[in-house]
Amino acid sequence: MTSSTPERLSVLKTYKLYLGGAYPRTESGRTMPIHDAKDNLVAHFCLASRKDFRNAVGAARKAQDSWASRTNYLRGQILYRMAEMLEGRTDEFRQALVVGGHTARQAQQELEAAVDRLVAFAGWADKYSQILGCHNPVAAPYYNFSVPEPSGVCVAVAPDEAPLLGLVSLLAPLLCVGNAVVALGSQKAPLATALFGEVCGVSDVPAGVLNLLTGDRAELLPEFSAHRDVDAILTANLRPAERRILDLGTADNMKRVHHEKWGKGAIMDTGLMHGPDRLLPLIEIKTIWHPVGR
Amino acid sequence: MNPSKSDHERAVDPVALEQRAASFCTRSLKKETKAQGLRLVVAMTDLTTLEGSDSPEKVRSLCRKALCPDPSIPNLPQVAAVCVYPKWVGLAKECVGDSGVRVASVASAFPSGQVALETKLADVREAVAQGADEIDMVLQRGAFLSGNHQEVEDEIHAIKEACESAHLKVILETGELGSMDAIARASHLAMNAGADFIKTSTGKIQPAATMPVTLLMLEAIRSHYLAGGGMIGMKPAGGIRAAKEALHYLVMVKETLGNAWMTPEWFRFGASSLLNDVLRQLQRLESGRYAAQYDVTET
Repeated sequence: MTSSTPERLSVLKTYKLYLGGAYPRTESGRTMPIHDAKDNLVAHFCLASRKDFRNAVGAARKAQDSWASRTNYLRGQILYRMAEMLEGRTDEFRQALVVGGHTARQAQQELEAAVDRLVAFAGWADKYSQILGCHNPVAAPYYNFSVPEPSGVCVAVAPDEAPLLGLVSLLAPLLCVGNAVVALGSQKAPLATALFGEVCGVSDVPAGVLNLLTGDRAELLPEFSAHRDVDAILTANLRPAERRILDLGTADNMKRVHHEKWGKGAIMDTGLMHGPDRLLPLIEIKTIWHPVGR
Repeated sequence: MNPSKSDHERAVDPVALEQRAASFCTRSLKKETKAQGLRLVVAMTDLTTLEGSDSPEKVRSLCRKALCPDPSIPNLPQVAAVCVYPKWVGLAKECVGDSGVRVASVASAFPSGQVALETKLADVREAVAQGADEIDMVLQRGAFLSGNHQEVEDEIHAIKEACESAHLKVILETGELGSMDAIARASHLAMNAGADFIKTSTGKIQPAATMPVTLLMLEAIRSHYLAGGGMIGMKPAGGIRAAKEALHYLVMVKETLGNAWMTPEWFRFGASSLLNDVLRQLQRLESGRYAAQYDVTET
């Protein structure tokens, strides 16, 4: 062995998508390299295509009914389990966030906040219907109830900043109310999204309830808005041009689009981010009239 | 002369069969070719409802869907046939009228076939009297597997006679036959006994239609034809749910039997949910957008 040959070659990971409970490569076969701040190659990640998105929506549609019909309490437990598994993998996530440009301190803060966010919405799972639903007074011999129901299959488009916390902040409320989710992670720092898929795989999340894509936002946004089997889209901190793509595309099929705008520091503000008002755009309110019995 | 005796006594190589069947799944059909293929799938569909819960309205809505699978897609053909239990043949016939959509009826104590021959014949005659254009009978698997091939053959003969002018499809129920050799033997037996079509499955037993099994039956049809036995139709049924899968079947038929079999007269898909997936794919080709589940009707 010559002196220039290393003792051992390190194995570079290719992070895959998380679709229907499995970890497939993108059907397009495209990957992109991720480099750290010193320009060392860290890993490759998948560049999801239109067809990966279509498959993800198919998986989500299949899973959504049974996810919504589980008890709210169980959904809360599963969200809590995600928090537990995330907490158990702090080292890996801290490294991933540092590769994405965070300092070690920022990474630690973001990680802790992400765990707390999952726990917060785990807690809301069996409480939000008491807060958002109600018994309406009507001037007739009827009971009149309004109860929250999930929107259905939702797409989440995570912001570029806060690659882990941004994603979790969108997923947690969506899953809490019984939606099935297809999420596109941060484009600038996709490593956290890919790693989060591995957390979900061991968190009792039923296959298809959560699907994670990494890829090019400009390529996928028009597909998100055009797919007729998507019921709602939730985004955060998109640029106006990107929001416009979604708004125009969804005008044809009338799906609900909700853009959240988080100002500087807002993402760490638990008062803003943990409230049940964030669940409102993600549900449909069903109102039931029931005759008063004699 | 038994036209394909030597062939059906040859052992089947299941590994080669599966490999060959898998090779049909690698073809890529896009755009116009795909649209043409999907329209052909629609035209070849036997739209089926065979449930204990079938009701007059279920049969009516099935027939409406058969006549006009999707009004939003221009120039869409009708399906080939509706397939129902004998009890619903009269009603189905009334609904499809002289549209050209045929009415197929399962008969002969579907799906098990475990009743006396007389009862089966009565079942078939009743369906024919109601106006069935096609009869789907089940092969007597119990007798076949015990080696009473003559009994099975005689039964098919008798039912064929009872069918009068109606086409006879013989369901082998390949999921219960146990081996590829048995499937090949049963295919030849059915064809020699007078079947107009051979069909894989009832849809009540898993595995139902698979590509290797269908390929084996297509090859049996080919050797029957080459031995001078004439053309026999093929109907895979049960388990084909995706449009893409149906296109793979079409490739397989074309490359095994050739263009002559690429018509609803000689090849059918027995399916209920397949049609909706095909319609969604056609909608996507028309509009450029993926369709939602509610974009197609349930039946």
